[in-house]
Amino acid sequence: MEAGVFPPVVGQVGEGEWRDFVALLKPRVVSLVVFTGAIGVLIAPGHINPIVAFIAILCIAIGAGAAGCLNMWWERDIDAKMHRTASRPIPQGRIDPNQALGFGVLLAAMSVILLALATNVVAAGLLIASILFYVVIYTMWLKRRTAQNIVIGGAAGAFPVLIGWAAVTGSVAPLPILLFALVFAWTPPHFWALSLYACQDYARAGVPMLPVVAGARSTRRHVFGYTLLLGVVAVLPWALGLAGAIYGVTAAVMSAGFLLCSARVVLDRTDSAGVSLTNDAAARAAFRFSLVYLAVLFVAIGIDRVVAR
Amino acid sequence: MSDFPPRPDAVAALEMRRRQRGRNVALLVALGGLAALFFALTIVKMGHLG
Repeated sequence: MEAGVFPPVVGQVGEGEWRDFVALLKPRVVSLVVFTGAIGVLIAPGHINPIVAFIAILCIAIGAGAAGCLNMWWERDIDAKMHRTASRPIPQGRIDPNQALGFGVLLAAMSVILLALATNVVAAGLLIASILFYVVIYTMWLKRRTAQNIVIGGAAGAFPVLIGWAAVTGSVAPLPILLFALVFAWTPPHFWALSLYACQDYARAGVPMLPVVAGARSTRRHVFGYTLLLGVVAVLPWALGLAGAIYGVTAAVMSAGFLLCSARVVLDRTDSAGVSLTNDAAARAAFRFSLVYLAVLFVAIGIDRVVAR
Repeated sequence: MSDFPPRPDAVAALEMRRRQRGRNVALLVALGGLAALFFALTIVKMGHLG
């Protein structure tokens, strides 16, 4: 492995604590996945035993954690070069890469098998697809090759709502597909807002994120453009009659708010090179709002569908 | 004599054993949880058959 900017702690290789193994699962990402997966279970028509529902959501969480673990295994070289990721267990030497690989594969296999046994093969197949998409398509193939990595890779994070729905119904339907599209369209402005102020980290690691390749000014325009697209996708469930007014009004209001945040990103005061003079305050605000945005929309669709029953 | 502070290698060994114990407990909890899950799942599936 190439030496990183932040050297590992010597003498502790492979002697990590249990907390380090939990950190490999990217708990914060998993919490989002659990949330969207649980909403998928909640809004699906039909009945599911609460224990089976719990196991389904747990499998989605473990599968996502396994994908995160395999992502950290593959990206251990660039993680060591970035401030944001240098303290992760593998670059710090607390967990051996082979341990992480074995841990990730084991958890991925276990989550898929358990989901198939507890629910159905459609949900298990979607879980396999989401893990492979994140690890192979996004992490191994796209991330280091194209500035559009996030656009295509965003699909990986959009799967849980489909899996949750499929766990109950054994199939997919237009509503969860539209919610899949919602997360898919949400991912680029969310990550590009982050990458605007983490640009130097990505440049140091040689990851071709949009601000590194196309510059900050172009990235700001992309954030605004994709937020427009996201606004259209967000109101589609209501426009097509698949969701009611609770969701429709929430989607419209929140999308207007996100668009306002994105407009501020475009209008941020910059120097001649397009670098922010406000320490990317607008991009940071847009990133924070994007997290609230997705959470509120998923809560709204959950309430909307439960009220409609 | 116990008045001397422990040697650095002894401290490292103690720390390693503490970590190993923590990992073992975590593994025990995970395996116990998995067994409980399979038990609960079996009861639910058998309930459907009945």
